Amino acid sequence: MSSIAEQLIPVLSEQELAAIDAELAHVPYPAAAAIDALKIVQAHRGWVSDASLVAIARHLQMSATELDGIATFYNLIFRRPVGENIILLCNSVSCWIKGCEKLQRQISAQLEIAPGETTADNKYTLLPVTCLGACDKAPVLMLGDDLHHNVDTELLRELFGSDGGQG
Amino acid sequence: MALDLPLTRNVRADLAPTDIAAYEGNGGYQGLRHAMAQLSPADCLQLVKDSNLRGRGGAGFPTGMKWSFVPMDGSPGHKYLICNADEMEPGTFKDRLLLECDPHQLIEGMILSAYTIQADVAYIFIRAEYLLAADLLRQAIADCYARGYLGQDILGTGYSLDMHVHASAGRYICGEETALISSLEGKRANPRAKPPFPQVSGLWGRPTIVNNVETLCNIPHIIERGADWFKALGVGEDAGTKLFGVSGRVKNPGCWEMPMGTPIREILEGKAGGMEEGYRLRGFLPGGGSTDFLVEEHLDLPMEYESIGKAGSRMGTGTMIVLDDQTCPVGFVKNLMEFFAQESCGFCTPCRDGLPWSAQVLDDIESGRGLPEDIATLQRQVQYIGAMGNTHCALAPGAMEPLQSALKYFREDFDRHISGQACPWCDAEVAHAAH
Repeated sequence: MSSIAEQLIPVLSEQELAAIDAELAHVPYPAAAAIDALKIVQAHRGWVSDASLVAIARHLQMSATELDGIATFYNLIFRRPVGENIILLCNSVSCWIKGCEKLQRQISAQLEIAPGETTADNKYTLLPVTCLGACDKAPVLMLGDDLHHNVDTELLRELFGSDGGQG
Repeated sequence: MALDLPLTRNVRADLAPTDIAAYEGNGGYQGLRHAMAQLSPADCLQLVKDSNLRGRGGAGFPTGMKWSFVPMDGSPGHKYLICNADEMEPGTFKDRLLLECDPHQLIEGMILSAYTIQADVAYIFIRAEYLLAADLLRQAIADCYARGYLGQDILGTGYSLDMHVHASAGRYICGEETALISSLEGKRANPRAKPPFPQVSGLWGRPTIVNNVETLCNIPHIIERGADWFKALGVGEDAGTKLFGVSGRVKNPGCWEMPMGTPIREILEGKAGGMEEGYRLRGFLPGGGSTDFLVEEHLDLPMEYESIGKAGSRMGTGTMIVLDDQTCPVGFVKNLMEFFAQESCGFCTPCRDGLPWSAQVLDDIESGRGLPEDIATLQRQVQYIGAMGNTHCALAPGAMEPLQSALKYFREDFDRHISGQACPWCDAEVAHAAH
């Protein structure tokens, strides 16, 4: 491999490679670990850049295009930069009945972002998500790893600061 | 006599997880010990067949029959058992309870199921957002390896099984069993044509069984206590107990284990406490977002596959979503249709292009732009997209179920949207804020 290619294709970190190789140990061929590998790199870097994608594809002995077809299929693989904290706001039917649209408008007003956007300070990305499987406690959202139940105006103020504030 | 509720017997009031010591202390892994000491795989299969257990993931296929298609000729090569823990059907929140409160019950069920089909590798395919459940399962699997319930030569029988947790990366379609297999292989989650069925050619082309969490959780109890005991748990035609749930504007939304065949009224009124103060029941989806509406006249039906089917719907996942009189039925169905349109894998045209079309027509009606001929358009879509066989998998037909039944039961509400060129439920302030 030429040195130019080495420079163009960034090397995955030792930690990332070790985690990917652990997955490779129990699949029959490297490409079978594609989703795990994407998730591992995303866990380290927050998202999967074009450069990361190429590096993962090379490690898995597959084309970057094929890997991108997989990466873009799954809504929780991020091919664009995201904020430090992901807000997954459930918008499926039980949460819709309980007013998730209103909650979305309040979050958007508080953080000044539309669904899919990231705050200017890079702290939050707001993403609608399918049914989170906690419909008896609707409406619900996940902030990072934490599930919040029976979300209301007051809780949103607690989590993200006051209406129209800077979060 | 107190009801026998095997699936939730270890579920604590505070919903804290049951660890291996507590699980074993309450008789856990006795079914596994019993089977390993005294039962052949064929004996186990016969027990599950005789129990009349049907799949709890939504389709209700008889579990023993599903397993019986796995080749048992002893030819070399892997066989796989996969637990479908990709719970994402709108309005469904039952598997989360079993995963978070009693992970060992699932794992014991999986070991016994894998033993029955002589699988040597098992996977738990769990949705990405179920982080707590995935952690608990990984810990539980490690505990099982330490106890000799997993790994080489389980309990000295010569039978070996490895088990892995695969956390997914999103998309509802992964819950379709052949799409799940594609995803587990690291690919886009496109469903596959059947035949060949997964039992013969599944994960990496090898014999594979995919079962829902709740289905597998029944297995230890059936193996330990027998088919007759299991059949007697149901109060009607179907065997066993079932996790039933209710969400929407009811007093006490929740999820409860009850005998199969429990009347709907007992769940909706007895457990969920009836409608919230000031709300009236208009209808409900009996088993998640891809089942047809039922209405008040169906409240005394038993929750079992046949009865709900005869009433024009499906028991599905057994978790009901209630439509109240202050929620717009068109908006309700539009929300579901947008979900299904978004979650289409894009493989076949009727689903990829048809569902967004239906969602667009519903949006037009809901937003006050509906035309009288839109009703006929929706009915045609139901007719063509809803027919099994016109699409690659069951996603699009499922998407049509709430729509077709809404057109039947709430037709006047669709007409009012169109004639009034507005949603009668939309308050002006909300409509304004949305623009």
